[in-house]
Amino acid sequence: MKDTGTYGLMAEFDEVNAAIVAAQNAYGAGYRKMDAYAPFPVEELSEAVGFQKNGVALVCLVGGLLGCTGAFILQWWINTISYPVNIGGRPLNSWPSFIIVTFEMTILFSGLSAVFGMLALNGLPMPYHPVFNVPQFDRASKDRFFLVIFSSDKNFDALRTRQFLESLNPISVAEVPS
Amino acid sequence: MFICFVILQWFLLAVCWLFYKGVGVWGVNIPVGWGFAIVNFVWWIGIGHAGTLISAILLLLRQQWRNSINRFAEAMTLFAVACAGMFPIFHLGRPWLFYWLFPYPNTMTYWPNFRSPLVWDVFAVTTYLTISLVFWFVGLIPDLASMRDQTSNKALKFVFGAMAMGWRNSVRHWNRYETAYLLLGGLATPLVLSVHTVVSFDFSVGIVPGWHTTIFPPYFVAGAIYSGFAMVLVLAIPIRKFYGIEDLITMRHIENSAMVMLATGWIVCYGYAFEAFMNWYGGDPYESFLRWNRLHGPYAWSYYTLLFTNLVVPQVLWFKTVRTNPLLLFFVSLDVLVGMWLERFVIVIVSLSRDFLNSSFGQYYPTQWDWAIFIGTLGFFSACMFLFLRLLPAVSISELKTLLPEAEVKVAHAEEVHDL
Repeated sequence: MKDTGTYGLMAEFDEVNAAIVAAQNAYGAGYRKMDAYAPFPVEELSEAVGFQKNGVALVCLVGGLLGCTGAFILQWWINTISYPVNIGGRPLNSWPSFIIVTFEMTILFSGLSAVFGMLALNGLPMPYHPVFNVPQFDRASKDRFFLVIFSSDKNFDALRTRQFLESLNPISVAEVPS
Repeated sequence: MFICFVILQWFLLAVCWLFYKGVGVWGVNIPVGWGFAIVNFVWWIGIGHAGTLISAILLLLRQQWRNSINRFAEAMTLFAVACAGMFPIFHLGRPWLFYWLFPYPNTMTYWPNFRSPLVWDVFAVTTYLTISLVFWFVGLIPDLASMRDQTSNKALKFVFGAMAMGWRNSVRHWNRYETAYLLLGGLATPLVLSVHTVVSFDFSVGIVPGWHTTIFPPYFVAGAIYSGFAMVLVLAIPIRKFYGIEDLITMRHIENSAMVMLATGWIVCYGYAFEAFMNWYGGDPYESFLRWNRLHGPYAWSYYTLLFTNLVVPQVLWFKTVRTNPLLLFFVSLDVLVGMWLERFVIVIVSLSRDFLNSSFGQYYPTQWDWAIFIGTLGFFSACMFLFLRLLPAVSISELKTLLPEAEVKVAHAEEVHDL
């Protein structure tokens, strides 16, 4: 990483297709450490910055399996080992009646894993981030699209990267202070 | 808003009196040990179901018209489930010990009975409340970030910023967010169907005439969606009128909700018909008596009113002129809400008041405290809805943007470009 005192360079676009084309060009020009910002989910834009797979589904699956097996084992252990109650000689491990709680706990654990997994993988909560230092970035949640090339990218060069971004017809190019 | 607040205070007063004196302040007694508390519980939780249906099932079916009504429908779910969740706690003799229902290691060395539908209910309702809350909040995160960016008020900026947790609209974050949101929708769908199924198990696992039937789970779920959509309309029609958002919550939303109501209403009526058929065809004398009791017993008025409100009146929804007339639709929805409340009244009270032995027949007379707590939850629900409408975005900002023509992506996918 070349320490240039900047976090990256930010190009602003007012139209989603322009932002996608810009991100694709940046990827084609060899930039890898970059990110794009949009007021709503744009699958093509995340593909264009080179983001393919996310681990949320896996976290959710693992959480669900844990909830499922944990809930069943807890009920089985309670009813057969810790607190066995003989009711008219009926089996202690009456598994059909444990299914409902097992099902509910599967849903609860997988749902919470999906959400907390998503937040953790996104690194949220994060109270501070350098991109917020750029004043026009407020509009990322409204009607503007941003492409940021981070200074940690091996091809990053304050001057050449700026010229490259300006060649993509953005509304503005701004430096993101680190 | 002021009226809601007054009702809310009335509710708090009634609850304090209930906790001080015990459930004796209600009209419940043997044989009717389950009074208004359970009727209201089932009614409220059913109302919640439409919110999840709109936000989860229609999300999975990619019905994009849902995008402008899902947020307030989810809020409706949350507050309705909160109202519902209070009643099982109120009807405990010692409500402050409600946590005994959860399995936790304790010095009494006891565990809850996992073979009991009432314990299943605890798990179903707490899971439902948690998942609804998370679903609603996850949907709010980008909107909170949007409000943080748009406000110039420093304090509000801090509050919204803290709630948005530093959401910065990164497309990588959006990608994971979309996956998590879809997964939640996929999980909430079987959950919502299971919750009312478990509620119906509270009855159908028992042997009381009128409860012990296998039709209960689907019949309860359909009834839940029926009353839930009625509540959606009761809320949406005034909101769109008084907040001037008729372009966001359009006639199409209103009409679609009315059609869902008509369809689920018929499923509920099928349930009534089959209950009646099985009373006769099953040949059980107690079930036959139940039929006679519903039609001619002391509570016959409730059964006839139920048939009128749930079966007869909603048939006007066949006519497009009614479906596109908000005022008429508002009254039909109110009628359905009353009807669905009566349905639970018929199930709980009519069955319990006269079950097997003539010697143990008895009547149920709700007291003013029963009414105060029921009407009080209406105040609680409306007060929460008003606060929500005032403080948070009632229509999803980020999801609406995806419906704008400007959001349409026209360029080729990344791989295709990279391949060139």
